[in-house]
Amino acid sequence: MYRLTTRTRAGTATEIAVFVLVLAGLALPAVTSRGVIQDLFFILTMLTLAQIWNLLAGYGGLISVGQQAFVGIGAYAMFAGVILLGWNPVAAILLGGLAALALAVPTAFFAFRLQGAYFAIGTWVIAEVTRLLIAQWKALGGGTGTSLPREATSNIMGTDAIQALFGVREAAARDILAYWLALALVVVVTGCIYWLLRSRLGLALAAVRDNVEAAQSVGVDVGRLKWAVFLIAAAATGLTGALIFVQTARISPEAAFAVTDWTAYVIFIVVIGGIGTIEGPIVGVLVFFALRSALADYGSWYLMTLGLAAIAVMLFAPKGLWGLISARSGLHLFPVRRRLAGLKIEGGN
Amino acid sequence: MLLETRDLTANYGQFRALFGVNITVAAGECVAIIGANGAGKSTLMRSITGVIRNEAAMVLHRGEPIGALSSAEIMKRGIAMVPEGRRLFASLSVEENLLIGGQARKAPGPWGLEAVYELFPILRERRKNPGTALSGGQQQMVAIGRALMSNPELLLCDEISLGLAPVVIRDIYAALPKIREGGAAIVLVEQDIGKALAVADRVYCMMEGRVTLVAKAAEVTREEIHSAYFGVAA
Amino acid sequence: MIWLDTLVQGMLLGGLYALFAAGLSLVFGIMRLVNLAHGDLIVFAAYLVLIGVTLLGLSPWVAALIAMPVMFTLGWLLQAAVLNRVLGKDILPPLLVTFGLSVAVQNGLLEAFSADSRRIPAGALEGASLDLGLVTLGVMPLMTFASAILAIVALNGLFYHTALGRAFRATSDDAVTAGLMGIEPKRVFAIATGIAMVVVTLAALYLGMRANFDPSIGPARLIYAFEAVIIGGLGSLWGTLAGGIIIGVAQTAGAAVNPEWQILVGHIAFLVVMLLKPRGLFPRAVD
Repeated sequence: MYRLTTRTRAGTATEIAVFVLVLAGLALPAVTSRGVIQDLFFILTMLTLAQIWNLLAGYGGLISVGQQAFVGIGAYAMFAGVILLGWNPVAAILLGGLAALALAVPTAFFAFRLQGAYFAIGTWVIAEVTRLLIAQWKALGGGTGTSLPREATSNIMGTDAIQALFGVREAAARDILAYWLALALVVVVTGCIYWLLRSRLGLALAAVRDNVEAAQSVGVDVGRLKWAVFLIAAAATGLTGALIFVQTARISPEAAFAVTDWTAYVIFIVVIGGIGTIEGPIVGVLVFFALRSALADYGSWYLMTLGLAAIAVMLFAPKGLWGLISARSGLHLFPVRRRLAGLKIEGGN
Repeated sequence: MLLETRDLTANYGQFRALFGVNITVAAGECVAIIGANGAGKSTLMRSITGVIRNEAAMVLHRGEPIGALSSAEIMKRGIAMVPEGRRLFASLSVEENLLIGGQARKAPGPWGLEAVYELFPILRERRKNPGTALSGGQQQMVAIGRALMSNPELLLCDEISLGLAPVVIRDIYAALPKIREGGAAIVLVEQDIGKALAVADRVYCMMEGRVTLVAKAAEVTREEIHSAYFGVAA
Repeated sequence: MIWLDTLVQGMLLGGLYALFAAGLSLVFGIMRLVNLAHGDLIVFAAYLVLIGVTLLGLSPWVAALIAMPVMFTLGWLLQAAVLNRVLGKDILPPLLVTFGLSVAVQNGLLEAFSADSRRIPAGALEGASLDLGLVTLGVMPLMTFASAILAIVALNGLFYHTALGRAFRATSDDAVTAGLMGIEPKRVFAIATGIAMVVVTLAALYLGMRANFDPSIGPARLIYAFEAVIIGGLGSLWGTLAGGIIIGVAQTAGAAVNPEWQILVGHIAFLVVMLLKPRGLFPRAVD
């Protein structure tokens, strides 16, 4: 008989390759410098944010310009957990996810009343409101922000073991721990997204993205689907934001809710890499990082190039760099298309 | 020859809608195009008016290839369309709908605002109403008037009787002879065969994207139409 | 009389926001285009006027008058060469292109003019005020408000009493049928963006004379402009004015209570209106 499957040879090969890469990644701190680890941390966390935004916009059709609200609230919840509740920073990361989830509920309630461009601007305004409200929270530094206290940073779970294992100093051990967490996070988030897209939920999402009325007519509960995607994305973004600021160890409303860092860069990564695919953001973050390294000394030229690159990609390669590669080679490393397997079809055209 | 299509083919994605259609319209002539739903009549109209782009040489206007031009460019050559479903502009009043029909092309001829109001007096009363706040028949009148405002030499009417009561259809068709007097050639895409044959000089019948019959309206028989329309003998 | 004063100042501030928003409203209404670079283009125009004043020694008004055709051409080119190519049913490509443009413009200005705060000198007008007994009105805010009204009257006149305006409305309703009437939608869009940029120049003049500006303030102006447009409702320029006034009054009232709260209260007013009327106060019937 036949069965419905999304497995392809390329897909399976990729899964094996990813597994190997992750193992290698775990062992990396033994052979590389602290600078490389910090760079990798940046790449992995930006990749996580990009995959999440890709799920929201590329698959869910929810174009949010306000994800920085969840990065910020996640980071601040983590800080609150450490400073006000005395929690260990790693444990407090979970608070970040919860806080983002909590914020996502009223956000979705409000934003889902709006359509298209209105929705985008609405999410941005909510992010601004959140930032302005948080800036009033004197206990966490108000408008100027604050740092993680020394006792907390020297007691992050596991850093002692890491120091012994790799023979590094405390600050470097923190970076290694953060890097491992980031690796775990990106694998879990990407894995969940991949699994989601291959599930029935993913099929429903694709249907909604293509044609809302048609999807509704076959029984897809569009409202619940959008809520689910939005909340999951918010929680994951909150976790990522909390992790990012564990590594930074210093926070301010401007940094935590920065539209440039947490939305503009993320959108560029997804767009330049290729929206609507899992491979796209991976390509995108590598290009982004390469550009950043090459143009680091040129400040505004770097950002100008990014802006012009986004325009060029949208004009000439709307499916991004991965879209170009995939169209030429027919390669799909993370296949989500369903096909019938095990059936020989005779004749036809 | 005012208008001619040569081996006109058109696709919607992978789906072919027209298979090598050849029609001609002479100046001042009235040609009817009949056929069932899905026969390709509207696709033909949209190909002629540039809504669907084709190879340049597939559609000829006075011998010049226009198949690849945009709708606006084709309209400025004097080919005006009364689109299927009327498609009036909701943000414009009746009078503004008429005016916009004549603002892109200034050509000499009998038609202008006053002449259209004479043709369809009810519109004069409703001139300030929003275009879409009228009955179906009145909207059809606005759509026809709008197309006339540019004094076209060829008027394409896509299913002008669709969804209208017989009494209203009669009023609309009563206007056609006056339009012909003004010098315009008319192409009538119709599902109402009787009405179409009553006003047309020649008739084309289409089925599944092909022309299945060409005849003079006065000479064609019921049996010929039946087999051309349905593909089976009467 | 503090509250009357706050109300009046807020209204006048609303005039500035309405000026920011008018061009946006025009473009959004005609082609549903969300131009995320709008705020940065206002700042760009302000620098253009500044060049005219500092390099060519012109008065701000003359400089603005000269900058207008320049901005019209830039807007026309932007639409014709870039935005027309990505306009379609998907809202993402224009959003992303204008996002990229916003970043590019901001940083281009940063390279060209550095991050220093600048101001367009307005001479005697800067501190001038009108004492009306109950309230004192600044002359500059009054002129700004009057200009906003003038701009909206002119735009409405264009929209409802000219052939071009008919073309705008028809293209906005149904671009394909507009084509059948001999109107090229892409040409119409390019002219619309050009006109929007002329209004942007007027807004930039008042922005620059009223307070200091630098390359980074674009996005905030964009948000206020958008809030005004969205509160007002798609396709209504007077609605945009109402929206601007609501934001202006909210901000001024917030600032009167606590200066740190100014922007926050403005946003909250926006959110409240959106909760009660998601399509805005005076939306068009067709959407």
